[in-house]
Amino acid sequence: MFLIECPWCGPRDESEFDCGGEAHIERPADPAELSDEAWADYLFMRTNPKGRHRERWVHACGCRRWFNIERDTVSHRITAVYRMGRKPPGRR
Amino acid sequence: MGVQRQRLAEGGRIDRGHSLDFTFNGKRYTGYAGDTLASALLANGVMLVGRSFKFHRPRGILSAGAEEPNALVQLGAGARSEPNLRATQVELFDGLEAASVNCWPSVRFDIGAIGDRLSRILPAGFYYKTFMWPARLWPRYESLIRGAAGLGRAPEAADPDRYEKRHVHCDVLVAGGGPAGLAAALAAGRTGARVILADEQNEFGGALLGLRATIKRGRALGWVADAVAELAALDEVRLLKRGMVFGYYDHDYLGVVERVTDHLGPAAEPGTPRQILWKVRAKQVVLATGAHERPLVFADNDRPGVMLASAAQAYVNRYAVKPGERVVFFTAHDGAYQAALDLADAGVRIAAVVDLRPGPEGRLINKVRGRGAEVIGGHAIVAVHGARRVSGVEIMRLDYTANGVLGAPRRIRCDLVCMSGGWNPALHLFSQSRGKPRFDPEQACFVPAESARAVRSAGACNGAFRLADCLAQGFAAGAAAARDAGFGDGEPPAAPKAPEPESAPPRPVWRVPSIGAKARGNKHFVDFQNDVTAADVALAAREGYDSVEHLKRYTTAGMGTDQGKTGNVNALAILAQVTGAEISDVGTTTFRPPYTPVGFGVLAGRCIGKLWEPARLTAIHQWHRANGAVFEDVGQWKRPWYYPREGESMDAAVRRECAAVRTSLGIVDASTLGKIDIQGPDALELLNRVYTNAWDTLEIGRCRYGLMLGEDGMVFDDGVTSRLGKNHYHMTTTTGGAARVFAWLEEWLQTEWPSLKVYLTSVTTQWAVVAVAGPNARRLLAELCRDIDLSRAAFPFMSWREGTVAGIPARVFRVSFSGEVAYEINVQSSHGLALWQALMAAGAKYGVTPYGTEAMHVLRAEKGYIVVGHDTDGSVTPLDLGMGWIVSAKKRDFIGRRSLIRPGIARSDRKQLVGLLTEDPREVLPEGAQIVSEVRPEPPMPMAGHVTSSYWSPALGRSIAMALLQGGLARRGETVTISLAGKNVRAEVTEPRFYDPEGERLRG
Amino acid sequence: MTKYSIFSLLRHARHHHEKWPRAWRSPEPKGSYDVVIIGGGGHGLATAYYLAKEHGITNVAVVEKGHIGSGNVGRNTTIVRSNYLWDESAAIYEKSLKLWEGLSQELNFNLMFSQRGVLNLAHNQHDLRELARRVNANRLNGIDSEILSPEQIKAFCPILNTSPAARYPVLGASLQRRGGTARHDAVAWGFARAADALGVDIIENCEVTGIRRADDRAAGVETTKGFIKAQKIGAVAAGHSSVVAAMAGLRLPIESHPLQAMVSEPIKPVLHTVVMSTTVHVYISQSDRGELVMGAGIDGFTSYAQRSGLSTIEEMSAACIEMFPITSRLRMLRQWAGIVDVCPDASPIIGMTPIKGFYINCGWGTGGFKATPGSGWAFAHTIAEDRPHPLAEPFALERFSSGRLIDEHGAAAVAH
Repeated sequence: MFLIECPWCGPRDESEFDCGGEAHIERPADPAELSDEAWADYLFMRTNPKGRHRERWVHACGCRRWFNIERDTVSHRITAVYRMGRKPPGRR
Repeated sequence: MGVQRQRLAEGGRIDRGHSLDFTFNGKRYTGYAGDTLASALLANGVMLVGRSFKFHRPRGILSAGAEEPNALVQLGAGARSEPNLRATQVELFDGLEAASVNCWPSVRFDIGAIGDRLSRILPAGFYYKTFMWPARLWPRYESLIRGAAGLGRAPEAADPDRYEKRHVHCDVLVAGGGPAGLAAALAAGRTGARVILADEQNEFGGALLGLRATIKRGRALGWVADAVAELAALDEVRLLKRGMVFGYYDHDYLGVVERVTDHLGPAAEPGTPRQILWKVRAKQVVLATGAHERPLVFADNDRPGVMLASAAQAYVNRYAVKPGERVVFFTAHDGAYQAALDLADAGVRIAAVVDLRPGPEGRLINKVRGRGAEVIGGHAIVAVHGARRVSGVEIMRLDYTANGVLGAPRRIRCDLVCMSGGWNPALHLFSQSRGKPRFDPEQACFVPAESARAVRSAGACNGAFRLADCLAQGFAAGAAAARDAGFGDGEPPAAPKAPEPESAPPRPVWRVPSIGAKARGNKHFVDFQNDVTAADVALAAREGYDSVEHLKRYTTAGMGTDQGKTGNVNALAILAQVTGAEISDVGTTTFRPPYTPVGFGVLAGRCIGKLWEPARLTAIHQWHRANGAVFEDVGQWKRPWYYPREGESMDAAVRRECAAVRTSLGIVDASTLGKIDIQGPDALELLNRVYTNAWDTLEIGRCRYGLMLGEDGMVFDDGVTSRLGKNHYHMTTTTGGAARVFAWLEEWLQTEWPSLKVYLTSVTTQWAVVAVAGPNARRLLAELCRDIDLSRAAFPFMSWREGTVAGIPARVFRVSFSGEVAYEINVQSSHGLALWQALMAAGAKYGVTPYGTEAMHVLRAEKGYIVVGHDTDGSVTPLDLGMGWIVSAKKRDFIGRRSLIRPGIARSDRKQLVGLLTEDPREVLPEGAQIVSEVRPEPPMPMAGHVTSSYWSPALGRSIAMALLQGGLARRGETVTISLAGKNVRAEVTEPRFYDPEGERLRG
Repeated sequence: MTKYSIFSLLRHARHHHEKWPRAWRSPEPKGSYDVVIIGGGGHGLATAYYLAKEHGITNVAVVEKGHIGSGNVGRNTTIVRSNYLWDESAAIYEKSLKLWEGLSQELNFNLMFSQRGVLNLAHNQHDLRELARRVNANRLNGIDSEILSPEQIKAFCPILNTSPAARYPVLGASLQRRGGTARHDAVAWGFARAADALGVDIIENCEVTGIRRADDRAAGVETTKGFIKAQKIGAVAAGHSSVVAAMAGLRLPIESHPLQAMVSEPIKPVLHTVVMSTTVHVYISQSDRGELVMGAGIDGFTSYAQRSGLSTIEEMSAACIEMFPITSRLRMLRQWAGIVDVCPDASPIIGMTPIKGFYINCGWGTGGFKATPGSGWAFAHTIAEDRPHPLAEPFALERFSSGRLIDEHGAAAVAH
């Protein structure tokens, strides 16, 4: 049971949140232009890293806002929480 | 009635003025308040209490605490019966009934013990090597194995007790209320930090309760009492006795089970929760979980009457019970000598102290010698006599390697053997916190090394076995934890003095040698409960099961109800010995939660029965119930399925309800439909992106049907959306999809399209929805609604109007799921029932008929309307449904569009929606029936699709069905075969539209 | 290989079992192999066994970073069944079940495969419809599957709460009598021993750290025990599929999630079958030791940590009591988690990759244990012949671009 710092509500138990998977996968501006492979990459392929991971969460049983988390998938340590649209820490 | 012949006349923490009656294996005994079942049994001279798991060997009480592998009992009878409780932790109450587990007919004479006679052919893992031939007999073999395994019995009825849960946050959680834990709680509590101190026992003090120790020149328990009093007076400190910290989860989240009434038995106040699950989020954690004494692994070490030295000491000091009359101590270190003194003071005759170390010396040892006890250094017990109770031991001199013994055996008579191989710090919670243990060769035990979380270990669980060190570590850890949580400066209070004689570390002799047949180690028990011996460990290693996890799984060492608290370290040390590895390289198995077993009841808490997924009910539910509706579960909702009249079958009721809608007037509670209020300048843009069709032309006051796809192109949900104002829409979704669609729209808006100015509000339960449908729907509405022009021209199909119905402000949508003229009247939820009743009253002259979901489905199937999740299954595209008309060709993009043109999706041989008319019109196909592409006398037969919806159509007077059929769109007019169990049915492929295909009626 | 039997047990009893040989050798890796299998779990060991036995390829190494069977084969809830909805799934799981049926004898290792039946419960009209669809499909695929009424269910599994007053009453169930459970660890050991006897090198404590390529071909694996050259490489590393694939420069449609499970203390037999419910969300059986073995869904986040959680266990306990009221006073003895690699369509990926000589077998999600022999069978064929076995063909990686997914979510939402 993680303790997640909602950017709007503060620290709350994980059971109030849903995880939306890998963050920073942008929907292609013009999907019609993409090859089947490129579309499949957007749709299905995932980095699924062992270690530092950036993912989207939503405070489903709270403010219902989506935001990003940087979390280690081995230690489960959360190293950053940042709002949608913001750049991840350490990236320009 | 038994007599407490082993009870001491004075001392102990029992209340001799409070006598308690109990029964064990049907025999009546008495004990005292403050006893555990184990101490009370020992007071009555009962040592043989159970049988082991595999060989049903007679077993006695080994320990005085949570680590007990042997003394497992079935407590109580009937619905409150509970299996496998450790007698060493069961607090005695008046009227307690207990029985041994895993033995028949009795613990003294157990048929199962025949396994012990055969033990020579039943080594670890024997079952992997046999019972394979002949294969057909395996079920019988297995049935025998299953019957012999298991321990206690499940109760035969539901649990009458209640359980609760509490969520708490604290600055410092201290697990364990012995000297180190109390010191930590004091140091942290004094800073004003919010502290929880939890301990599994019925009183604080931990190991001190069983010792005669000194703190500050006084009795240690005096210090304990002062500490508890001081803690109790601190506002921010919560004391949880009988509170077992069982699990350490991610982000310093810990589970604690508090036993509230277990110790009271029938005297518990009715209605009091039996146990409480505390879910604690701690900023800092101090583990002061103590240590378990390590048994010695020697021949016959499982005889009833072989006990841990510290346990015997606790029975004497805490419970005022003599566990025997004449004792032999067998030890690897100094620790046992204090126990010997305590037993001697209680009047137990010390026959000998057999010490594995060659020349034990020291003040304590001299004191024991001074009591007339023989201290025999460099010796080992090589055999124990007595099957159901120890009657004596044989000892021999150890050779210098400690791998063998010399000379002639010498027999010493005794009825109790107290062993001590040293201490194993209780690393369970530390390991669960992801801490890494390391092996300390000096102290011959695993101790905490790196912590991964905000956790500190103090006292015996940290490898500190001297009281003064425990106190000092506790104070230091408590102060540091409080500081890190934001309280105090981290400076620990001065620890009081706790003088103890110097104590030398143990001589680790992991496997005590023996002679003759016993030298093989097949009666050297490592795991008492599962009958795993030193020979089994060696066998596992020999066969290549030489990683510590393989060892555990192959031999089952550590897999019993004690989870190896006494056996695991011995097992892995012996493994290291036989494989020539270092203990540190062998490592430990993973410590998995829980520390001791936790009841499913308390884990479930109140979330059972009516509170297990509470049902969602509409505002009109009471009326449905009062009028005989039969309900079906749709998601979490209870929806009326049909309304049978007295003596009416379901079929008849559904036909009657359908007929009413087609010929006059039906009424249905549609409140469960998902409803989303959409507002904002970009609302239209949102609709265009999430629906497959175009929304630009929808005027205010009009409604449109829409289909949503997942990004994979598969149909996700559908519904009608109406334009309420320039930037204001009302979306409806399926009942089951309401929450999913709402969350999904929010996800798109917030994560992908934050620039869109749109706001969504879920209004599903804000509106009650009643639909009236049928040729008389307009007439009925006209009587109750004066402020809406209901004429066809003024209020056409697929439009909505605001007005008043039966005096209630309403939005009226002219949409239809039945194919008849229909109005969905939306009113504020609290008016739902009033609206329904008004419609029923006014509709009586038209024979208004409430109809349920079944009739609703028949009516919609007659029209060929799909239900998402019924006619689709997440693998169906709009093209598969023949709904290409709703997929905008003009829009360059919408969710799912790109996926529709993938090669695997654009194929014409996909399963597509068709209608089916059986050759025999009376034959109603079962839903889920499969269409075969080739009829064979026997399966296997290739399949081409399946029936998704199928009903008797009262309007058509025949059966109708919808199906997904391979290449179905091009197969109209063909005949297909549906294979049912036992027969084949032929049907014609048609358009999936059976009734009023032109839609004249619903526009009427 | 020493044959295991009651006779060999008796013979070894004379020597007090002090002369049993190793079940499998512990060799150092050779410099080069025809095939290197990455991952010493059930599927990897089965693949090696069938490569040797069915295809005569014995110059094979299985490299495992820990000890064999330390991943999901030793962490699952041991359920075996083949009553899958889609033809493609049914075919491979049924092949697997057929292999299970003779596997103890074939491997000469008692896997305690117990065909005690698997009940899938239906609690509402939707469940019933899906159940009928699946049972019909199973029957036509030649897979034993039948529908039981609530009365028949009660007779088959008396401790199940079949009261119509239950929150979600039991309305029906499918029963696959040939389904059941097996002793999970034994599957790894049995395949290891049999593969070893055929010449396969099982190399434990050897972690693959990289995959070396020569042009468009796989050339070998870098390991903590040095470089091992290989003609062909099969990656069967459930729980680490994406990590291994990334070493070869491949991206997979996989996310790794923890799957929580637990067992109760052992009790005398009360549950003589396997019971699964998607609506009440738990699946449960009783092991031969007497423990009730339970699992449910996966955690929503990705993880490689095999960490236990509390909330799933609380929900599982409530679901268990809801279905079996007599379990309330029983106790959880042990909980754990496995890491399952989940594909978007809840079906596995078996087959070739864009890299020649590099094959993958992954994405079994929560359903891999039951597939162990069938998966190994089809994968061994795929590697040996350098073209997909017909059973594996529909499960190619390529389906994610073509869109020909095999969506098993509907039929197996509580997967297991």
